[in-house]
Amino acid sequence: MIELNGVTKLFNQGRPNQCRALGEIHLSLDRGGITVFEGPSGSGKTTLLTLIGCLARPTSGRIVLDGRLLSNLPERFLTEVRRHTFGFVFQQFNLIRGLTALENVMLPAYPLGRPWRELRAAALVLLDRFGLGAKAASRVEWLSGGEAQRTALARALINDPAVLIADEPTANLDSILSREVLALLGELASQGQTVLISSHDPLVFEAARVDRVIELHDGHIVGDRRC
Amino acid sequence: MPPFLHRQRYLIDYTLAALLRRKTRNLGLLLVYTLLVFLFAAALLLGEGLRREAAVLLRDAPEVIVQRLVAGRHDLLPAAWLDTLRRIRGVGAVQGRLWGYYYDPAVKANYTLMAAPDRGLAADEILIGAALARVRQIGVGDYLSLRAATGQPLPLKITGILDSPSELLSADLLLLAEAGYRQLFQLPPDVYTDAVLTVRNPREANTVAQKIALALPDSRPISRAEILRTYDAVFNWREGLLFVVLGTLTLAFIILAWDKAAGLSAEEKREIGILKAIGWETGDILRMKLWEGTLISLTAFLAGYLLAYWQVFHGGARLFAPVLKGWAVLYPQFRLTPAVDAQQILVLLAVTVLPYIVATLIPGWRAAIADPDAVMRG
Repeated sequence: MIELNGVTKLFNQGRPNQCRALGEIHLSLDRGGITVFEGPSGSGKTTLLTLIGCLARPTSGRIVLDGRLLSNLPERFLTEVRRHTFGFVFQQFNLIRGLTALENVMLPAYPLGRPWRELRAAALVLLDRFGLGAKAASRVEWLSGGEAQRTALARALINDPAVLIADEPTANLDSILSREVLALLGELASQGQTVLISSHDPLVFEAARVDRVIELHDGHIVGDRRC
Repeated sequence: MPPFLHRQRYLIDYTLAALLRRKTRNLGLLLVYTLLVFLFAAALLLGEGLRREAAVLLRDAPEVIVQRLVAGRHDLLPAAWLDTLRRIRGVGAVQGRLWGYYYDPAVKANYTLMAAPDRGLAADEILIGAALARVRQIGVGDYLSLRAATGQPLPLKITGILDSPSELLSADLLLLAEAGYRQLFQLPPDVYTDAVLTVRNPREANTVAQKIALALPDSRPISRAEILRTYDAVFNWREGLLFVVLGTLTLAFIILAWDKAAGLSAEEKREIGILKAIGWETGDILRMKLWEGTLISLTAFLAGYLLAYWQVFHGGARLFAPVLKGWAVLYPQFRLTPAVDAQQILVLLAVTVLPYIVATLIPGWRAAIADPDAVMRG
């Protein structure tokens, strides 16, 4: 489904503070299941996910999604791919303060121009599914860490993406909430969703539901095991 | 509803919510913006209103006024000229006028005195303008004493207050009988201040004026169009002065708008990053910013313009009246006829709305073209 061929990523290219975040990554990711990118801080996990999720472009190399070369697409088409293929859950949740949970969940679908009633109903279904039906009208700054994370999860799924990308989803949660989130991700994977997670939390990459763990160190893949 | 309209509705919803989230900042901006539009619009509407008022009043004025010049200075016109003028081809009715200014030290104001033979006044009777009646606190039945050319006071009985739909011309006007006027100024019966005449074909007014200048070399014919042009020039000049002052205000506003609209806060930049990361494209962000600029500037424009309209046409235009009507002791009181000029609105829109929208778009675009991956890094 997703192929990375010789992908590298340099930051501050050509400047004295140039830094190589990823070097010559070759990787093939199949549809379905949970894949965890594991590694210490600075190993390139997040950078790899931003490249796979079309949030940034590689410095060199090719990224192919379902046979379509992504790395040379103009920004507009890249957004189109990102919008329909990937849903993101960020480490800091990145919900828009001042808006309700429901509005936050609906937000990624605004540019698509779906009818309001249909969109609202879809967002409420997602919130209900994650046990947040009663919190739909609450502003996100009033939500607990676990509720905010589940709202972010619902937001990531509103456009029905093929791939869910979660960056350090348990970093700001205690172990009980972390297990809760992992259970939700496992449930999504069992329903056919492709889930890509970056984490350095053993709770995540040692979880029973994980199908594949890719280990990164200093921007290189140093381990790849299927569970 | 097509997806395009849904999209615009969502963008407006989001923009309104974003504006309300920073309501103190945006409300302050909106107030300053409204004030600026109000000041500009009030000056424009009042200037235009005054020009129209003058044009309406002068519509019934004589086509040509003839003065006599002696060594380039205005002098009394001999009665014999009236016959010479009547003989010029194209001239209709000719009438000699008696009028002049009178300085009243009591109120430190100039009056305009005019003989009005058609009013049927006796030699000791007078009609006065409404502004004079207000300032001197006198009315019908009272006596107004004017110092005559002999040095003696000339008591004149007020038989009426001039009732005019517009006080623009009659505020400081005093109307007397011809005999009363000649007595006051000690004028012989064979002279007039000037003469007014009608022209059979108004389009020939300039040709007739040229003929008069040839027939009476000491004369100065003044056409109605020339008077209108003078009014226009006076109001334009005053309006220009006002705009110089308002220009400074605009500059202050641009600095404020740039600071408020252009300088995106870290929170706003973060929001733009999140929106891009969750699937909004640069165009969506720009459209959102366009709506933001449009909503703020159009609200300010409408509020400012309507306030100015109300102030000028229903509130007596107190704000700029002293500047645009001229400085005077006897202020005319008059209600301007409401008038809205499309070209004027377009100019005002271009001066106030466009710069703000551009000031909103540029920083939004700069934030929106950045890669959204910064959001992933918190």
